[in-house]
Amino acid sequence: MTGTVLNCGYVPLVDCATLVIAKELGFAAEEGLALNLVQQPSWSALRDMLALGHLDAAQMLSPMPVAMSMGLGGLPAEIDALMVLSVNGTVFGVSNAVATGIENVPFGDANALLNQMARRKGKPLRIGVPFHYSMHRLLLSYWTSAAPDLMIEEVTVPPPRMADAVADGFVDAFWVGEPWGSVAVQRGVAQLMMAGRSVWQFAPEKVLAARRVWIEDNADSAGKLMRAVFHAAQWLDTKKNKPLAIEILGRSEHLSLSPDLIDPAITGHILPKPDAHPVQVDRFLQFHKYAANFPWRSQAAWIADQLGADAAGLEKAKACFRSDLYRQNLVGIGADMPGASEKKEGSLQFETAVASSRGHMILAPDAFFDGRTFDFDPENR
Amino acid sequence: MDDTAAPDNDMRMSQNLRILVVEADPARVRDIVDALNAAGWDDVKALAQISALDRTVKEFAPDIVLIDLANPDRDTLEHISYVTQTEKRAVALFVDHTDDNLTKAALNAGVSAYVVDGLTMNRIKPVLETAIARFKIMRQMQSELDAAKQALEDRKTIDRAKGILMRQRGLAEDAAYNLMRKTAMDQGRKVIDVAHALVTAADLLS
Repeated sequence: MTGTVLNCGYVPLVDCATLVIAKELGFAAEEGLALNLVQQPSWSALRDMLALGHLDAAQMLSPMPVAMSMGLGGLPAEIDALMVLSVNGTVFGVSNAVATGIENVPFGDANALLNQMARRKGKPLRIGVPFHYSMHRLLLSYWTSAAPDLMIEEVTVPPPRMADAVADGFVDAFWVGEPWGSVAVQRGVAQLMMAGRSVWQFAPEKVLAARRVWIEDNADSAGKLMRAVFHAAQWLDTKKNKPLAIEILGRSEHLSLSPDLIDPAITGHILPKPDAHPVQVDRFLQFHKYAANFPWRSQAAWIADQLGADAAGLEKAKACFRSDLYRQNLVGIGADMPGASEKKEGSLQFETAVASSRGHMILAPDAFFDGRTFDFDPENR
Repeated sequence: MDDTAAPDNDMRMSQNLRILVVEADPARVRDIVDALNAAGWDDVKALAQISALDRTVKEFAPDIVLIDLANPDRDTLEHISYVTQTEKRAVALFVDHTDDNLTKAALNAGVSAYVVDGLTMNRIKPVLETAIARFKIMRQMQSELDAAKQALEDRKTIDRAKGILMRQRGLAEDAAYNLMRKTAMDQGRKVIDVAHALVTAADLLS
């Protein structure tokens, strides 16, 4: 490998695919970068390593930079999201025991599922999530807060152990990123009830993050990294490339997952339980299309709002989703840019054309399960 | 073991420390516990099983938790720290290899993450003591900040209650405050509690 060496942290989940493709297919090398992917044992470790400067950049759960900008959780550090790496891609599942009490709820019906779960008597439902500051946890809290009668207890479980945690009875349900939901089904210990997008149809899941000072001091490298990731994401989200993508990811030393575990997330063919037919989930995991990589300031604000931010906190959060750098660094390679950097989150029920730098671009639906909308423009609040 | 700088009161507090070691490898647990005992800390508990972590943290209530930087259970431990209000508890991290830059950076960052060179056991005492001392400073700053915030909130509530009395009873400011103070003394309560009750009642009646 030649070129500028960049140490980039990641956690081995299917949605780290963009980073793996950027390296394996040479998109990083084309930009003159030697991308060194450094696997991390936990999100806490990844955060500390990034904050302490041992990593130049990292794949992060989208709420992590926002939480850190608000001074929540671990080391205080100014971490920015350069772009969104993936949208959606998580699943909610329940143990077989809980599943027997839930009848006639079609896969993905968030309202019906919540109603059934709220009728359950007895002890609070213990629900596993991968990390406190994760989109999983925020969506779980947002969704279950619509059913005040439903008592839940959130526990953090490292994703590779989620299936064990269900099997041991340590958790009754879980919200996890692929492949760990499919793993639990394959082991026959759980049933998947819905994809994360059933609660929010366009939830920013992982972001490409770096320290603000690093971005300032290494503006050139940051731009190169963003372009390499953009091209990798574009390649990944092209339908004809998917079989090859699954093969490359399956062989990659960075992921150590078999292709049959990578397939569901990439193709959106989700198997809810062992004896059922797979369900086709549109936009199950979006890497690029529908401006998925664009770090909307309003997405950061929604996250901050869920974390209890005040008006000042919302503005801080917005500032750490760097749509300014996205525009600046990607305009030269033909990326289409939306006219605005904020949108009213939850307002799109259908695919919608909006004004963009090249005329118009199509945005995917971003509605919430309860139909609420969130406008974080201070003028409208 | 050489222990130069620690003042007396720190030593006393150090000896009462409750330490929880989260580590699955029995050989490492033995090394760490031995080093801690040799350093004069006897109230040490080791935990290998993740499933017992939240219960143990609640019941054993450790002052400091030692966990390997690379341990995947760290995310779980952090979550437990949020829900059990464990800003009051230090988490010390140990790493397998000496990395002075990382140690220094972590210490300068100054919150609950501290890096201890886990395998050089003769260093465990000074490094842990440094970590604990820094943690205490941070905790004290936090509690002073909390106290200042609380005082400000109380002041606002008392002012509102005073305003209510002045309007409803036509009292001067001094008299309104004296009335609250007298009521508080008669009932054996604090002025702020009386003020709270007044404000709540006024909100309910308005």
